[in-house]
Amino acid sequence: MMRMRTLTQFFGFFFLRTCALFVVLILALLLGHIWQKGSGSLSWEFLSAAPRQGMTAGGIFPAILGTLCVTCIAAVLGMPLGIGCAIYLNEYAADTALTRVIRISIRNLSGVPSIVYGLFGVVLFVQLFKFGTSILSAGCTLGLMTLPWTITASEEALKNVPMAYREGALALGATKWQAIRTNVLPYALGGMITGTILSLSRVAGETAPILFTGAAFFLPELPKSVFDQFMALPYHLYIMSTQHHAVAKVRPLAYGTALVLIGLILALNLAAIILRARLRTMKKE
Amino acid sequence: MKHAEAVKKYRARKIEERFFHSLFFINGILVIVVLAGIFAILLKTAAPAFREIDLREFFFTVHWDPAGYEKESYGIIAMLVSTFLVTLGALAIAIPIGIGAAAYLCDVAGPRVREIAKPLIEVLAAIPSVVLGFIGIVVVNPMLAKFFRQPNGLNAVNGSILLAIMALPTIISITEDALVSVPRSFEQASLALGATKWQTIIRVKIPAALSGIIAACMLGMGRAIGETMTVLMATGCAPALPTSYLHAVRTMTATIAIELGEVPYYSTHYYGLFAIGLTLFIITFMINLVADLVLHNFQKMQR
Amino acid sequence: MKQFGIIGTAMVTVFALAGAAHAATIQVKGSDTLINLVQRLAEVYMEQADDSIAVTGGGSGTGIAAVINRKCDIANSSRLMKTSEIQKAQTGGVDVKYIAVAIDGLCVIVSAANPVKNLTKQQIGAIYRGEITNWQEVGGVNMPITLYGRQSNSGTYVFFMESVLKGDYSKKMNRANGNAQIVESVRADESGIGYVGVGYIKNDSRGVTVVKVAAQDGADYLSPLDSAAVNSGRYPLARPLYQYLNGTPKGAVRDFLAFELSPKGQRIVEEEGFFPLPQEYIDFNNKVMGK
Repeated sequence: MMRMRTLTQFFGFFFLRTCALFVVLILALLLGHIWQKGSGSLSWEFLSAAPRQGMTAGGIFPAILGTLCVTCIAAVLGMPLGIGCAIYLNEYAADTALTRVIRISIRNLSGVPSIVYGLFGVVLFVQLFKFGTSILSAGCTLGLMTLPWTITASEEALKNVPMAYREGALALGATKWQAIRTNVLPYALGGMITGTILSLSRVAGETAPILFTGAAFFLPELPKSVFDQFMALPYHLYIMSTQHHAVAKVRPLAYGTALVLIGLILALNLAAIILRARLRTMKKE
Repeated sequence: MKHAEAVKKYRARKIEERFFHSLFFINGILVIVVLAGIFAILLKTAAPAFREIDLREFFFTVHWDPAGYEKESYGIIAMLVSTFLVTLGALAIAIPIGIGAAAYLCDVAGPRVREIAKPLIEVLAAIPSVVLGFIGIVVVNPMLAKFFRQPNGLNAVNGSILLAIMALPTIISITEDALVSVPRSFEQASLALGATKWQTIIRVKIPAALSGIIAACMLGMGRAIGETMTVLMATGCAPALPTSYLHAVRTMTATIAIELGEVPYYSTHYYGLFAIGLTLFIITFMINLVADLVLHNFQKMQR
Repeated sequence: MKQFGIIGTAMVTVFALAGAAHAATIQVKGSDTLINLVQRLAEVYMEQADDSIAVTGGGSGTGIAAVINRKCDIANSSRLMKTSEIQKAQTGGVDVKYIAVAIDGLCVIVSAANPVKNLTKQQIGAIYRGEITNWQEVGGVNMPITLYGRQSNSGTYVFFMESVLKGDYSKKMNRANGNAQIVESVRADESGIGYVGVGYIKNDSRGVTVVKVAAQDGADYLSPLDSAAVNSGRYPLARPLYQYLNGTPKGAVRDFLAFELSPKGQRIVEEEGFFPLPQEYIDFNNKVMGK
């Protein structure tokens, strides 16, 4: 009886371990495969030049730049709005029905399919605001997508600021806003920026929201203003792997693009992780 | 004089205070505005479609073919079935693995392993969907073709496998949270009664955390239904009503992604695509809302 | 509070940038069949002129939609506009004009391992309508047919439907995003059949057979790789490829079109695997260009 139970436990744990191992293995295989096939196409030219000869040669610089541009716009729109909302929720709002609706909305926003954000962006930014298919439209669409994550992370950061910091300022006669500005925000800002970077890393790799709001197949020149169309890494990977006229011939370029895209996103994640670790040690001191 | 100045200052502060309060209030409300705005815009843009397409045709006929030779048809059954086929396949793969991995991380793994594994799962969540779609074409596609002896591997199974990978991080992290929040006393009582650790996990912890785990699976499902790029690239995109997992399928998201770029604005077809978007939005909204309520109740109960 | 200063500056910069003037570029959109050709033409043209030409793909439907929505200067299309589309454009105040830029011999391809080498137009139609489902029925081995075609935004999809199928596609057809994906699939699939523009096959037909097509039973089986057959119009799936414009071409757009139709431009057309324009289309183009 006893042995039977130990045996079951042995196999049970074996199953659980296999599950976990399986997940890690998928990740390792995925990254390994792309690194193996993609690292060959990496070169300075690949990163710094524009595509040539019908995108069968040259680099992906315009796509890198385009992705950076839309991500910046997403940050400019998403960060202040997200932080502001977090400040309201954590500092001002009482636990009312309205606050609960706000919280439910935030959680629901993070579950809205990315293609639906794309549809929203087409109607609101491209047509209604007359931004056209442009960096601005795509950036704003992505900026809205970052909101739920930015808010959640920022609120977390605000919660970590000790109550005493606020009380100290208020006791000295500061207004609520003064207390927030001088005593709360400086301490929470690091955490907020970390959260924003993480949410940006999620939207930087999105394709569906930019399909109709501004991403272009190929552009001979770099965009000159935020009203121009742009090339983007995820969209470039999509067309290089499905729509290009010589899909097999450009496979190495597609792998290279995938590698750069993953590299960019992991770099953003790493930056956030390092920043978070830094802040933790700083706070301990 | 001094008094007047102080009053003035006091008033200025009061105004400033009120200004910032309302500023942040508006900012807080903004989230509701965005969510309601998405719904309103979808509804408004989809409304003309229902003036031009019969509701019964839209919801109860099988085929979506706005460029048909004899007549245009606007039915969403085939793509609805495709969407759920791919999603259920993904859940069938992801739920056992996800719960297993979460239970391992929570109860079996040492702290060292946990510290390495958790960021890795975050990295898996960060992989863009378009990269997974690409992997679906170059890796999973030939593998499936060989395994099932099919002419190609761009079919529903391919989509399910990729969506399972996408849903795994969500399922694992929320399931783990749920398992962690089961009170330690439950576990201790079970062990004290002579149960093994394995029996405790299976018979005590997982049942205790069940509603949290269900919520995790539902959120994973929401994510899978709304995913676009992987299914667009890896499922072959045939609009027929699928009868097998080895058929090429075209989901709701893929249909929007393929066709929105081609339609003239403000045509029946254009409005029809928004009607699909609206349907998709309502489905995912419902799933997320229910998952949210379940999770909320679960957390309340634990407290 | 330095951080807020930075954010503020960034916002100001963005709005300043937003006010900057738009670049004067020619926007060309649409048609997967034409995109490589037009991009090549644009590359060569830009070497000698200052104008910048942005070529974006999508299907012909994408290009035509863009002309109607006034979102491009030139729309590539492998089919003529439908009456409903022309009406839509006119309501929006767009004066639709078009020229022919090259001739395409649409190729029907099967795997090189497939013994079937000849098909009639009617057989191809029946195969794609889903009425013929086994290669045995058209003189091949006993093997179910796997259909590969394009998505509905493709001009080739519409052309093929209207001139070959004269009916609806089988719902079982796999819908590829582009021509190249079809070639790839058929190459890997012994039971596959696909249709692609000649430009995708002329320079690299490894692993696939270009089927010879007869207009009807008893007519000659002709290959789209045979330029005489295509130019004379005897190849049953020959078709002109078009470019749509808003109004009579002026300025930079006109210069670019003139280059495409010049002997140099038509030489590039041939290099890319298509066929140069016969006299009747040259005359037609001249009329549109106002010569």
